[in-house]
Amino acid sequence: MDTLLSVENLTVKFRLRQGDLTAVDNVSFTLGRGERLGLVGESGAGKSVTGFSLINLISKPGFIDSGSIRFEDIEITRLSDTAMRKVRGEKISMIFQDPMMTLNPVLTIGTQMIETLRAHVGCSRRQAEAIALENIRKVHIPSPEKRLKQYPHEMSGGMRQRIVIAIALMASPGLIIADEPTTALDVTIQAEIMDLLLELCATEGVGLILITHDLAVVSQVTQRIAVMYAGRIVETGDTQQIVHRPKHPYTQGLLAALPQHSNRQNRLNQIPGVMPSLIKIPPGCSFHERCDLCQDLCREQIPQLNEKSSGAHVACHLAE
Amino acid sequence: MVWLRRIRQSVMLHSFLHDPVAVGSAIFLLFFLIVGFGAPLVAPHNPYDSASIDVMDSEKPPVWEEGSDERFLLGTDAQGRDMLSTILYGLRVSLIIGMGAVALQAFLGITVGLIAGYGGRWVDTLFMRLADVQLSFSTYMIAIFIGAIVKASLGVGNFERIAVPFLIVVIGLAEWPQIGRTVRASVLGEKNKEYVEAARVIGLPARRIMIRHILPNTLTPVLVISTVQVANAIMSEAALSFIGLGMPITRPSLGSLIKAGFEYIFSGSWWITILPGIVLVLLILSINLLGDWLRDYLNPKLYKS
Repeated sequence: MDTLLSVENLTVKFRLRQGDLTAVDNVSFTLGRGERLGLVGESGAGKSVTGFSLINLISKPGFIDSGSIRFEDIEITRLSDTAMRKVRGEKISMIFQDPMMTLNPVLTIGTQMIETLRAHVGCSRRQAEAIALENIRKVHIPSPEKRLKQYPHEMSGGMRQRIVIAIALMASPGLIIADEPTTALDVTIQAEIMDLLLELCATEGVGLILITHDLAVVSQVTQRIAVMYAGRIVETGDTQQIVHRPKHPYTQGLLAALPQHSNRQNRLNQIPGVMPSLIKIPPGCSFHERCDLCQDLCREQIPQLNEKSSGAHVACHLAE
Repeated sequence: MVWLRRIRQSVMLHSFLHDPVAVGSAIFLLFFLIVGFGAPLVAPHNPYDSASIDVMDSEKPPVWEEGSDERFLLGTDAQGRDMLSTILYGLRVSLIIGMGAVALQAFLGITVGLIAGYGGRWVDTLFMRLADVQLSFSTYMIAIFIGAIVKASLGVGNFERIAVPFLIVVIGLAEWPQIGRTVRASVLGEKNKEYVEAARVIGLPARRIMIRHILPNTLTPVLVISTVQVANAIMSEAALSFIGLGMPITRPSLGSLIKAGFEYIFSGSWWITILPGIVLVLLILSINLLGDWLRDYLNPKLYKS
């Protein structure tokens, strides 16, 4: 599989009054063409910031401090604003959590779809409309002609998220970043949207980075997982392997916390404590304060991502 | 005819039809608009045509008073012009200036507000301080200042020819900060919403995001303010005319009619000043009441049944 995206030693910082805060710390991963990767972690682990840095759209006062992001031989971190705008939407699309918010309430669906395409490709209105219709069909929405003339408020949440996906596909991007795309939807719709994303990635050959805290969703959709904790990747590898045989204590804790993994009579399992504030990440392994297996080494030395016997890369001193 | 059905089924129309004050003021306003802009067709005389004016007809009272002339329904002014026709033509001038000035205000205000709100940082500071400085002068002060300079440098004869566009520009320039500030405030609220983020993620250029995405979402308050500003602009024009910096008496607006008649009020010819005054008050009142209804209707905090 040839490489679509390779991120190397990406560090993203936020400039605050108290000093720089490291939101993403030395993160590296690669994604093949048409491959699906899940970025997993709890809130504040740096998943979304990683996603936004891929299109160089980190909100102020954040900035990419060091590292490289290469997408199809383009170095994203060094692109000018104009060149970056060509990449956004045309080569890399992004889908957000809440479809109620991401569509402009005063423009019709058709206008918003056509505009996306025409911002990137010089084509006539008629051609753009034809592509829009085709994309609405692709996301399985009936009577596309009617939908083009409708406003977002005339549609349900699931329908809107489908439209958002259709918009993301307008310029035939190579990669879609989906940032918690189903969190705002109810469970049955979640499954439909995930199936749709999976189907489209397969038929269109689009790469997918799925940012979520939902391990169940990730295990169904993605081929590989990167688990993030306090801005670092702590474990990455084949999805099935990680879900069934997690090596890092944090991943083990996350999986044990799933409701289906607890005994019916007992309370749900949980990882004690909270993720450290990014302002003062403890020395050594950032997880050591919550880890049952913690030893002196963990308090002193930051563990590096190393390949373990299973083939997964794990950042833990104790995992074999 | 889809749009026709949409209008007929809309909540807005329903709310409008169930508010007698709104309907009443709309009828008044519509009447003023029709007779004002249709003045050349509706008016019995042409007050601009000096050949048809006879000084012997001057200061004739309205028909219901003693000594009136049936040719002049509302009497005549000091030069013998038919009051009804003069008021209609004056109404037209006032409406043109009022709407023109608000169009200019809206253009300036929206442009500056969008750029300041979306640009942020020093652009925002620059434009908003500019607006603050300008708002700390009274509209009339600015208008009188510019008016006096222009009038002196062009001469009274030339000034008369450019009086209408001049008043539009002066009142437009003097009042833009109202709309500019409103737009900026709405833009600040809108620009952090996710659909703007999404538009940026799509890769749309900033200008397009501003005009296509943010602007339509900020127009509601602009609509309300603009209505009230039309009334304000007409009043400003009347006030400027009253102190002699507005429309010349040869092409009178409502304001210059009131001014011209004011000299005769103590000699008993009250109609020359009172009648255009009444029309001005009714016009302003109907615009403001309609603006009030619009504000209430568009205010999401008020319950709409």
